[in-house]
Amino acid sequence: MIDPISYEALMSQRAEIMKQSVGLDYSQYETGVIAFDYERLLADTGYDVSTACNIQKRTAVGNTPLIELKNITALVRVAAKPGKGARIFVKDEAANPSGSFKDRRASLSVHEAKQKNFTGVVAATSGNYGAAVASQAAKAGLRCIVVQEAFDSQGIAQPEIAEKTRACEGYGAEVIRLSVGPELFYVFLQVLQETGYFNASLYTPYSVLGIETLGYELAVQVQQQCRVFPDVVIATHAGGGNVTGTARGLRKAGANDTRVIAASVDLSGLHMASDHDFNRKSFTTGHTGFSMPFTTWPDRVDVPRNAARALRYMDRFVTITQGEVFYITQILAELEGLQRGPAGNTSLAAAFAIAQELDEDRIIVVQETEYTGAGKHPFSQLNLAKQMGVQVMRGDPKDNQPGQRIVIPEHPSQITVTDVDLDHIRRSYLHHAMESLHEGERLSDIDIDFLAAETRSSKTYVQEVINALH
Amino acid sequence: MTELIEKDTWVEIQNIILPAGERAPQVPDDTQQVPLEMRVKGFLVEPAALGDEVEIVTPVGRRLRGKLVDVNPAYTHQFGAPIPELSVLGREVRTMLRQRGQLK
Repeated sequence: MIDPISYEALMSQRAEIMKQSVGLDYSQYETGVIAFDYERLLADTGYDVSTACNIQKRTAVGNTPLIELKNITALVRVAAKPGKGARIFVKDEAANPSGSFKDRRASLSVHEAKQKNFTGVVAATSGNYGAAVASQAAKAGLRCIVVQEAFDSQGIAQPEIAEKTRACEGYGAEVIRLSVGPELFYVFLQVLQETGYFNASLYTPYSVLGIETLGYELAVQVQQQCRVFPDVVIATHAGGGNVTGTARGLRKAGANDTRVIAASVDLSGLHMASDHDFNRKSFTTGHTGFSMPFTTWPDRVDVPRNAARALRYMDRFVTITQGEVFYITQILAELEGLQRGPAGNTSLAAAFAIAQELDEDRIIVVQETEYTGAGKHPFSQLNLAKQMGVQVMRGDPKDNQPGQRIVIPEHPSQITVTDVDLDHIRRSYLHHAMESLHEGERLSDIDIDFLAAETRSSKTYVQEVINALH
Repeated sequence: MTELIEKDTWVEIQNIILPAGERAPQVPDDTQQVPLEMRVKGFLVEPAALGDEVEIVTPVGRRLRGKLVDVNPAYTHQFGAPIPELSVLGREVRTMLRQRGQLK
């Protein structure tokens, strides 16, 4: 057993453990009481798009196909008004070595760990990222430990996470499986301290820069196939890395007018730290349980500063119901011959709705798929949902109620998105920012500029909101 | 007499990290009432019986101690029965596309 050290004692050493395990001194980037030099933090890593592409090529990461979903687009047009129904494309990220776009994030993290002479890597994740880090570590000859929140107090594993356990162990990683609770972070810190391994956090600059290649590639592919940049790119949104990295990659390719839309599954009403709710979510990521807190305050992570800052990059933020995502997953298989995992299907379901708002010649790209299989399939999730007493039925998606009732639409025209009020999100962000101030700290001009960039607003807006908070 | 599991067998151990009632202050009541439990797999260091306090060597070479709870643990996640609410969708949407002349 690991040294018995109290929860509080270990948490108090958090900053030092983090610094050692990422090999990065974040304090040099602080420019105000809240502000830090975000661009310099990313640039100093040396991983521009071309460098990242070259590193990823060595492990067959990236260069995934862009597929036009012509039959799904045809179905959109069944539901849409005449002349409406944009073309939908998908970037088939399932073609990456471990089956998801997370290989892009893991490749730079593991490369960095190797460069810095760490002997192993640790990742706290229950999702595809763990498998991606384990896969990359295997190829690089590094040891790998993955810490998962995996099962409830009855010992019932969430099937998708059970599949991730199998995948990580398949790549030769040690998997620490925990029951439900945020104290996972405590175990994670213990492991970092004991092993001295690299913290392959989802939120380091490396992990986010690894996704820029995805945005860049898809812009180039659409340009080559259609002679224009995409009008809209939709990214499934959880911790913010996917939205951030994709948007930055699009800009680096010159696709400055492409609108970036973040999409999450609505899990409102379910508590993310609840043992009872754990196996009633039917989704393990891409949901509002992550995206809301991370958009309104990104620095709630396992590194001092989160390199994923989604609010800077999203033009729009929408939610979709569980039943709508399961519907679209089935349709993707039966109309396009693509059986793919849950994550990308959240943005695909949103694309199905948003395509109906746009003219037929417009182009929407869903920027990821992931592999599917036992545990990651709608059958696995819905059978568990039924076992946990969640009702599964056909009907109007508006009656979907997370944890109580999953409603599979009766007709594709019922698939709609709900817009998240970005003004509300910005205000919430600024509220969190003010709460983070210590006694006696005052905001400087640099801080106000930073907050305006963070909320994609203006100094006047930031001042007004902050004044109203007092 | 309980049969001993051989040394170097792939097994799973369990530990209670935080007992019920001693969870982090921010967790909701239902989680507060249950322990934080950890399970890890590795190779058994010495012969032992289920329920014994044992030592394992994990795939990265760490030595961990805990209660022996499983031997060569199975991966039991599966698809399960088809979901009737989903199984009909393909037929429905193909019919819609045929009616519009989009499919033969």
